Amino acid sequence: MSAGTRKIDVIVTDVVPVNELVKRFHFQRTDGQLLPTFSGGAHVVVEMRDDDRTRLNPYSLMSSPLDTRDYTISVRRDDTGRGGSLFMHQRVNPGMRMVISSPVNLFSLDLRARKHLMIAGGIGITPFMAQTSQLAGDAGNFELHYTCRTETLATYADVLKGRYGRRIHLYRDDQGERLPLEQLLASQPLGTHLYICGPAGMIEWVRRTAAEAGWPDDTVHFEHFAAPQPGKPFDVTLAISGKQIRVSEQQSLLEAIEAAGIDPPYLCRGGVCGQCETKVISYDGNFLHNDHWLSEEEHQSGRKIMPCVSRFEGKSLVLER
Amino acid sequence: MGINFRKETFRDDFSFRNSPEQIRRFPFPFHEDSYMYAVNIEPHTPGPKNTVFEHLIDVDEHYISEMEDRALVLAEDPLRCQSLPHMTLAGWDLLELLMTQKAESYPEHFSLTRDGDNWHWINRPLGIDDRFTFGDVSTLPYGPMAYITRQSQGDFCVLDQRDGNLWMDAGIVTTQADWSLDFDIGMNFFEWHAPVPLAHDMGIFNRALKFLTNIQQGQPARRFNWTMTINPRLDTSPENYHKWGVDRTTVTPENVGQKVHLRVELQTFWRLPRSNALVFPIRCYLIKMDELVTSPKWARRFHRVLRDLPNELAEYKGLTRYRQTVVEWLSQYDDGAPTSSGFGPD
Ligand code: FES
Repeated sequence: MSAGTRKIDVIVTDVVPVNELVKRFHFQRTDGQLLPTFSGGAHVVVEMRDDDRTRLNPYSLMSSPLDTRDYTISVRRDDTGRGGSLFMHQRVNPGMRMVISSPVNLFSLDLRARKHLMIAGGIGITPFMAQTSQLAGDAGNFELHYTCRTETLATYADVLKGRYGRRIHLYRDDQGERLPLEQLLASQPLGTHLYICGPAGMIEWVRRTAAEAGWPDDTVHFEHFAAPQPGKPFDVTLAISGKQIRVSEQQSLLEAIEAAGIDPPYLCRGGVCGQCETKVISYDGNFLHNDHWLSEEEHQSGRKIMPCVSRFEGKSLVLER
Repeated sequence: MGINFRKETFRDDFSFRNSPEQIRRFPFPFHEDSYMYAVNIEPHTPGPKNTVFEHLIDVDEHYISEMEDRALVLAEDPLRCQSLPHMTLAGWDLLELLMTQKAESYPEHFSLTRDGDNWHWINRPLGIDDRFTFGDVSTLPYGPMAYITRQSQGDFCVLDQRDGNLWMDAGIVTTQADWSLDFDIGMNFFEWHAPVPLAHDMGIFNRALKFLTNIQQGQPARRFNWTMTINPRLDTSPENYHKWGVDRTTVTPENVGQKVHLRVELQTFWRLPRSNALVFPIRCYLIKMDELVTSPKWARRFHRVLRDLPNELAEYKGLTRYRQTVVEWLSQYDDGAPTSSGFGPD
């Protein structure tokens, strides 16, 4: 059976500029029903139909899981990306009909935790918006540490402070404020779980510091969506379906496979869930692996690729698809 | 038209029977004349009328009696129902799933009225009429999982998903073929599968785990399993082996028709929305050989399947002691005629 997610028809009910880089989008079901219940940390995949092509980008749900009249996501404009965020910023207006997937959670709270310690960087704040709503509704014990470039880019810091007061700690780069990570990790009660969402460098830093401080792996959770990167076009042969495709500069390999009328499985489209894993039959060239799913050895082996985020440069690539 | 609930027992005098209508909707698990072990999972979508798939959560004529049997098992052994503290939210998810499905599919028997968190649940067959606050454990007589699964046929395993693995952290198991919740509680996917023989290939487990951890909200899946049970006993747990193990030695050519049952387990797999946990309801359907052979096709086919079953599988399913007797008994219904493909009785 296809692992693709179930689609939901929605209407954009509001688009709210939050600051110079971030816009918030509100969706309701076109049939007026409630949206599916979800758990904090879940994402939906938003379909963007842009004239001749379809992009599918994952965004964390930031609205409260306790209220499913609407879903909200926040999108940070990325002027150098492949255009998904620009499409959202420039083309999506209230009243527009769109299609999103059912929610999928790859960044779930560990409900055994006695305390949830959350560390957010930049737009990585969004899954924590939903998680804190969920925990607060259940009298959960949490604390959020949020790093941002400037006060005005501290998206939703005001909202969070208004809701949770001293449980929210803000660190502004331009004010020279630094997250006292080592101290923070050293002073947590037994049974604390750590959650990280933000830029790759930050995730790495926090994970490394936690590992050095002796935190067991199963208490450290992180959301590590890699946005597919643009790159040089390349050609691929799909052996099972007998098709030749070209992946254009702004397209991901997964999108190019889909554009050829094939429906491969996916969940995250960000290189973390493992669902799109594809066998390489033969190749002559170099892989540009961008996923967080395959191991280092698998990357070296040239036998597998995650088409949602990874690319290829070279003469030929034949995939089992 | 409502369901005609039967009054019957699954112990002592074993008065369990299937009505002719129930026989025709039995989920016969063999679509051809032989059986190969395979993990065949398919989407769990509503199926044709008068099959056990008509509704995603099936309620049948044995409902009230099965619930009475469950209450007896729990009274004797409360550890058959356990939920680790972090699984309460999953319990509420399960309660919502079962109440909404039942009320939607069987409005003449169940009704649910929701006003925000104030819920009103009526279960007419069991004479229950309760108002409670969703999310507030103190407003129910049991925890949410125990409350709703005392009103739902089948066993339920509730699995927490973390660290890329699944953990059997809650469940109610009173009708299970030969495994123990109390033994498996808190174990992960690999630990609780440890005793399975034939599938020792880790690759199978890795693929199954990957499939299960990717089960999505709103897209349940299902698979079948089958074995045989002597006497219509629901509770064939390891805890009670001393009660039922000896049954296997009591099969004679004279009593096959009444004593020997094909036991089909319908396992479904669901993602729970608030907790991100998974629930696997495992529903058990029993049919006597006398009832099975009322379908000439099923009689022929089951004869062939059982006759040709590899020994190691027969051993694994615990059929060895009486298989030959049953095969001989069934052979009188197999004239060698071809059978039509598919599961149906005709
Ligand atoms: S879709 Fe999740 S790793 Fe590619």
